[in-house]
Amino acid sequence: MWAILSILVENKPGILFKVTHLFRARNFNIDSISVGVTENPDYSKMTITTYGDEKQVDQIVKQLDKMIDTVKVEHLDEHKTVFRELSIFKIKLSNANDSMEVNKLANAYGGKVHDVKKDSLMVELTATPDQIKAFEELAKPFGIIDVARTGVAALQRSGAE
Amino acid sequence: MNNMENMIGAKALMTAMEKEGVKEVFGLPGGANLPMYDEFARCNIRHILARHEQSAAHMADGFGRVSRKPGVCFATSGPGATNILTGIATAQADSAPMVAVTGQVPVAMIGKDAFQESDIIGMANPVVKYAFQPRHASEIPEVVKKGFFIAQTGRPGPVLIDIPKDVQQNEAEMVFPDEFKIPGYHPWADPDLVAVEKAIDMLLHSQKPVILAGGGTIISSAFAELQAVAEALMLPVVTTFKGKGAFPENHPLSLGPIGMHGHAEANRIMSEADCVLAIGTRFSDRSVGTFEEFEKNLKIIHMDVDPAEIGKNQTAQLAVVGDVQMNLRVMVKLLLQKAIKKTEETPWIKHVKETKAYWQENLKLHPGEMGAAKILRKLRELLPKESIITTEVGQHQMWASLFYDVIQPGTFFSSTGLGTMGWGFPAAIGAKVAKPDVPVVDIAGDGSFAMTENSLATAVLEDIPVIVFVLNNFTLGMVAQWQRTFYDRRMIGVDQGKCPDYVKLAQSYGAQGIRAQSMDELDKAIKDALSSDVATVIDIPIDPEEDVLPFVAPGTSLKDMILPS
Repeated sequence: MWAILSILVENKPGILFKVTHLFRARNFNIDSISVGVTENPDYSKMTITTYGDEKQVDQIVKQLDKMIDTVKVEHLDEHKTVFRELSIFKIKLSNANDSMEVNKLANAYGGKVHDVKKDSLMVELTATPDQIKAFEELAKPFGIIDVARTGVAALQRSGAE
Repeated sequence: MNNMENMIGAKALMTAMEKEGVKEVFGLPGGANLPMYDEFARCNIRHILARHEQSAAHMADGFGRVSRKPGVCFATSGPGATNILTGIATAQADSAPMVAVTGQVPVAMIGKDAFQESDIIGMANPVVKYAFQPRHASEIPEVVKKGFFIAQTGRPGPVLIDIPKDVQQNEAEMVFPDEFKIPGYHPWADPDLVAVEKAIDMLLHSQKPVILAGGGTIISSAFAELQAVAEALMLPVVTTFKGKGAFPENHPLSLGPIGMHGHAEANRIMSEADCVLAIGTRFSDRSVGTFEEFEKNLKIIHMDVDPAEIGKNQTAQLAVVGDVQMNLRVMVKLLLQKAIKKTEETPWIKHVKETKAYWQENLKLHPGEMGAAKILRKLRELLPKESIITTEVGQHQMWASLFYDVIQPGTFFSSTGLGTMGWGFPAAIGAKVAKPDVPVVDIAGDGSFAMTENSLATAVLEDIPVIVFVLNNFTLGMVAQWQRTFYDRRMIGVDQGKCPDYVKLAQSYGAQGIRAQSMDELDKAIKDALSSDVATVIDIPIDPEEDVLPFVAPGTSLKDMILPS
């Protein structure tokens, strides 16, 4: 299963290394990771997505929780959580129609278009990983020159705790 | 807050350690920790000079396991720090309380590949419970307070404090706090009354219940509680190797350690059990064999202070999280309240006793006068029951598991997790410092002893009279056994020759060296060593072909023991 983990950590140097090392050392895999300071500058929040069966995810949560720098670790329910990832695609434009087609596609996914050039443009998309993947599939025929993704950021919906 | 005072970082370190009750530390000086070493001249802490940083850490480890307070070791930066890592990793693998203090290059030089710089925090993080690197002298008092707290609470472990040289030298206004906050650290959980009640119920409703006591039982000193539960429910007790001696091994309900080189009767009974109360164990592969086979047809009640151990290697039907002594106390109390005390021998206990008697009578032993079983039983016979045993790693370690019965719980220590050759002798020195009034014996093999034999200098010069009991088969015995068993006798890299002569080696350090080639000589050697006031090495030549048996081969289950033919 795909799991979203929300990890509140002390905002100290080296924490990211410790968390990512834990995944490596315990033979777990990181699907995506995002980190940012919270409203309290003493803490940062990491969102890590990973794959594993129920037992593996439970073990990942326990091992993360055991770390002294982690304040709170939650396995978020995908259906009770708002989760988004920012992605930027640089897409090739081969002919005059491509620009219009890509713009339509971007609009369909709520994306924004940047840096329009004669032979390329960029689409900024904030969406779920599934939506980003779907956009990527549709953009592939135009030619994807480059892509950058941030990893998922997630918050549990109010009342879902 | 209290005790505000101006002082340099190095002095603050010593003051803070004195406040933690530190009286002895083990270590080696070097350029990057000299400001700290200079403070040993002005404080009440005894510095014990090791001859290698790895040994310094093992000494601290042995001290910590015996005293149950963090043992402290010191090393300089760079190679001193990297040398100490093996000792730190050993302590981590066996949950031993330790504080390691390393020197570091000055803050401004960090990251510049300075002379004797190593990123010891980066290297150590995977093998420590926590690592600190204070960047300002004023941080030191709180770092020390937190470090000692983390090292000895919950599941104990090693803490590293890496202090840049200028941080040691700089003066600051020091505040030695009584309180501090670590928001993510919750080492204690209240005893789980409901789970304990369920555990009793599960044990009472099982036909073939067993207690499996692990190292956590020893760490939390849950000896009396374990015995009370075993006797009230009339449960046979097996242990892991790390849990050896959690339960008196001369008790009628004791079967000894299970595992790769466990007792035949313990492995048999564990294989037949339908319910196990597993206390303070991580279900090491060396203890349980293949994970899938072990948990087949077995209900597991897992009691552990570390929630992350629940379900890691074995699926537990019931988890009891928290300090095992506290939870066992609750169990004893509930058993008393419910007036549960089995007095009649069940068919299961009858079978357990018959199995034990069968294997104790029928296990074939080496026929020679100086076979491992006879040697270790002689040691047991002559040592007072409160003696502390450490072991090295190898065949001698497993013979000790099989043939040296621990009578007084909590007196047997070994490197069971990392399996560090060379651990036992320096650990024995640390143990003797922690408990100077009892005999301390390192059961060694020639291969392991060779790795840290230079600790003889420490034992002699620092007046720490431990006994090293070398079962000398002039080979890396366990590797040789595997080569004989699994590699068609292709003996590569195991021959230790007859060099060195351990009697002469001991004497060259100013220690006592005795060779024992017969049981009479051994008897005399042990008595001489016990009455000696200097460290003694007893060199006991044995048959290089003697195997450790029974043996559960890697990747097989406990019921598939290879037995002596």
